[in-house]
Amino acid sequence: MDIAKLTIGEIRSGLKAKRFSAKELAGQALQFAEAENPKTNAYLRLCPERAMQAAEKVDAAIAEGKGAGLLAGVPVAVKDVILTEGLVSTCGSKLLERYVPPYNATAVERLEAAGGLVLGKTNCDEFAMGSSNENSAYGPVRNPVDLERVPGGSSGGPAAVVAQGTAVVSLGSDTGGSIRQPASFCGVVGVTPTYGRVSRYGLVAFASSLDHIGPFGRNVEDAALLLQVTAGRDPMDSTSAFAPVPDYLAEMEKPVKGMKIGLPKEYFAGLARETGDLVMAAVDQLKKLGCEVVEVSLPHTDYAISCYYIICTAEASSNLARYDGVRYTTRSEKGETLIDMYRATRGEGFGAECKRRIMLGTYVLSAGYYDAYYLKAQRVRNLIARDFSQAFEKVDALITPVSPFPAFKLGEKMADPMEMYLSDIYTITGDLAGIPCMSVPCGVTGTGLPVGMQILANHFAEPTMFRLARAYERAVQ
Amino acid sequence: MKITEKEVRYVANLANLELSEEEIARMAHDMDEILTHMDKLNELDTSGVEPMAQVLYEAEETATLRADEERPGLGSEKAVANAANSGAGFFKVPLVIER
Repeated sequence: MDIAKLTIGEIRSGLKAKRFSAKELAGQALQFAEAENPKTNAYLRLCPERAMQAAEKVDAAIAEGKGAGLLAGVPVAVKDVILTEGLVSTCGSKLLERYVPPYNATAVERLEAAGGLVLGKTNCDEFAMGSSNENSAYGPVRNPVDLERVPGGSSGGPAAVVAQGTAVVSLGSDTGGSIRQPASFCGVVGVTPTYGRVSRYGLVAFASSLDHIGPFGRNVEDAALLLQVTAGRDPMDSTSAFAPVPDYLAEMEKPVKGMKIGLPKEYFAGLARETGDLVMAAVDQLKKLGCEVVEVSLPHTDYAISCYYIICTAEASSNLARYDGVRYTTRSEKGETLIDMYRATRGEGFGAECKRRIMLGTYVLSAGYYDAYYLKAQRVRNLIARDFSQAFEKVDALITPVSPFPAFKLGEKMADPMEMYLSDIYTITGDLAGIPCMSVPCGVTGTGLPVGMQILANHFAEPTMFRLARAYERAVQ
Repeated sequence: MKITEKEVRYVANLANLELSEEEIARMAHDMDEILTHMDKLNELDTSGVEPMAQVLYEAEETATLRADEERPGLGSEKAVANAANSGAGFFKVPLVIER
């Protein structure tokens, strides 16, 4: 068994044929993760005890002939912004260095109930704010494909562990491309489901109208399985959707012949030539499988970055107000009065990017600017969402590049925040509209850097998206 | 200039965020660049467009309301377990009101 390339299907058949036990698998996976992690810094901490206990439960269920769950024995990594009861969850921030959550996120609860083994918590940009994983208080993550380059962000850790083979699947979060962009940089599958498809209970809030939890996998089936297990209504999250969860695995095997794919012309201008060529080659594959391809227009695309950074910073500035040195572990030694203590704690605790977003968000919400920035951005958001619903009247899905360029070098974009923000230009629109979207690996550049194609579908049309992704994956395997 | 250092200090005060002199200078520069980019939205006429505060689906208005039933809470011991300073089941904070 090659631990670094293991799939959920192989684990299922291996357990069934008794080639290995869940405990043996967990032991090997932990050993491998411990040995390999120093290269990338993708895990912030492993939790061997928790993983072994979960594995014992899986083995006991199998021995008793009970159903062991869809994720039985599957090693899973969890982004550190997703809470794990009794296990430190820092969100990549110095402020939460010693924070031990008193409860599990619903997604974690569900994946563990399905037999998944949480191996550990992964690194990420501080409070999921960043596009390169360089904003972590615990050091950057390196891209396993090329250690001189970033893995993307903010879910750099969850993407890197799956690419490196130190977890089979992982849970990340996406507010403005934070799952798809790292998935494309690391050459793995990353899924941002429909807004509300997966409960955010226990996901530390960044921008509540945009935050999603979603899976990473080394293939479409594995990512879809993790979504299957975590999706569905949760009374603890009033924004979680009531819509029934389809059987993604059955849906994805359906043929794609006759499906209509739209290529939004605004997404193919100004990107690296190799990236464009690889995405178009993938589109040609789908054409060969019988898909019809047409050009479409999403005319408000150019306004998305400005729109997004107003809304997300506004929401972030309110959500981060809770880190005041009272409830969450870290308090500054300075400050005689309560207000001074708040200010000192936040000034010492937050990194540069969090401070920038708190400041921008406070500014756009402040008296005199609210209408000009925040309300204006919400109106533009509606126009961007409308672009998509109009496109989906004509086509089943859209295909675009995930990022205008492949993984860049560490430090390359740290000096200029605006340049860093622009690397999310193709992914933030999906979050603004709340539609499902995913990154599927579609080849590598001449220098071996992975490129991802993005598939976007209408609200709750994950089955459509998975069908195209799976058909493409099967065709190029 | 979209924003001056004086305004940066004012906003930092609103956000309860202590910034050093170097941070204030850098922040004014970065915010200026970003806010200039954000001006792009003014190219669009959005009169008559509803603001979109949330992604909403067709659901009954009360669909997200649950029955008002008693449930156990976290309990004060667990709630203050992560506090920087606590005692007797409460959060302890520096001086708020002067006598």
